[in-house]
Amino acid sequence: MSSPRSEFLAGIRAELPLLLGVTPFGLIYGTLALQAGIPAAPALAMSSIVLAGSAQFVATQLFSAGAPAAVILFTTLVVNLRHLLYSASMAPHLRPLRPIWKWLLAYLLTDEAYAVTITHYGSRDHTSTAHKHWYGLGAGLALWSTWQTSTAAGIFLGAQIPPVWQLDFALPLTFLALLRASLTDRPAVAAAVAAGVTAVLAASLPFRVGLVLAALVGMAVGLWAERR
Amino acid sequence: MTPWLVIGGMGVITFATRLSLILLAGRVTLPAIVWRAMRFVAPAVLAALVVSPILQPAGTLDLSAGNERLLAATLAGIVAWRANNALLTIGLGMAALWILQWVRP
Repeated sequence: MSSPRSEFLAGIRAELPLLLGVTPFGLIYGTLALQAGIPAAPALAMSSIVLAGSAQFVATQLFSAGAPAAVILFTTLVVNLRHLLYSASMAPHLRPLRPIWKWLLAYLLTDEAYAVTITHYGSRDHTSTAHKHWYGLGAGLALWSTWQTSTAAGIFLGAQIPPVWQLDFALPLTFLALLRASLTDRPAVAAAVAAGVTAVLAASLPFRVGLVLAALVGMAVGLWAERR
Repeated sequence: MTPWLVIGGMGVITFATRLSLILLAGRVTLPAIVWRAMRFVAPAVLAALVVSPILQPAGTLDLSAGNERLLAATLAGIVAWRANNALLTIGLGMAALWILQWVRP
């Protein structure tokens, strides 16, 4: 029989392997945010206020390119669209909970916490899972604390590394590595090629709106390629 | 522009997307095209983020052999495609840039 405590610990345990993968990205984010000119305090605070690796990396690049706030915020929205999917699939599992639990688990709904939590929720019958929100809390808090500590370590490291190392180049390399992982089929490749070409062509547009335009063109071409 | 305001706004937007359908479940449905388009967000945004700093390191298009970041990123791209390993891609890309700058000061 599951108790809040056993569910909580099981959530932490399931999250552990993912923490290994998240730690280097926290280090890289912290280091690069500093090199991009974001002061240490807001760079660190971003990890608890936003708590979304991809949005934080994108914002770091846009900050360093001098993009205006509206472009950074709209890009954050586009990058976070996938959270609607997570939110919708978590909804039936959280329905009986009090609002405070819904708000707390929504705050902790990162890619990594979602992945293990929804797998757990999908694998059980509903009779034995009265305490399953504790599982989500365990997974979410494990990811949260790892993200905060690895970011802080990265900010500390970033302050020691001189600019001749050109560490800012690690940011496009990070995006390149993540891009490769996202190219799962031909429509995805089509979306990436269209977005890349658009970004180059639109580079002279003011306020870095080229990124937003490129993302929208890429998504449209992906949908089109899927239909063919 | 204060970073604090932007970060606060990003926090609100991120939290709102995560909480939205948990609260509105059953009352709101999104158009099907939004769900289908969602899987193209990552390849599209990432490709756009990769090309600008690599092809236009100084703001204008630079496809010459003097663009060391382009050469290093091309190597990293080949590694990424073959190995599909993030840390290997980042590590070899940085190493390539350092070596290029060391041989061609």
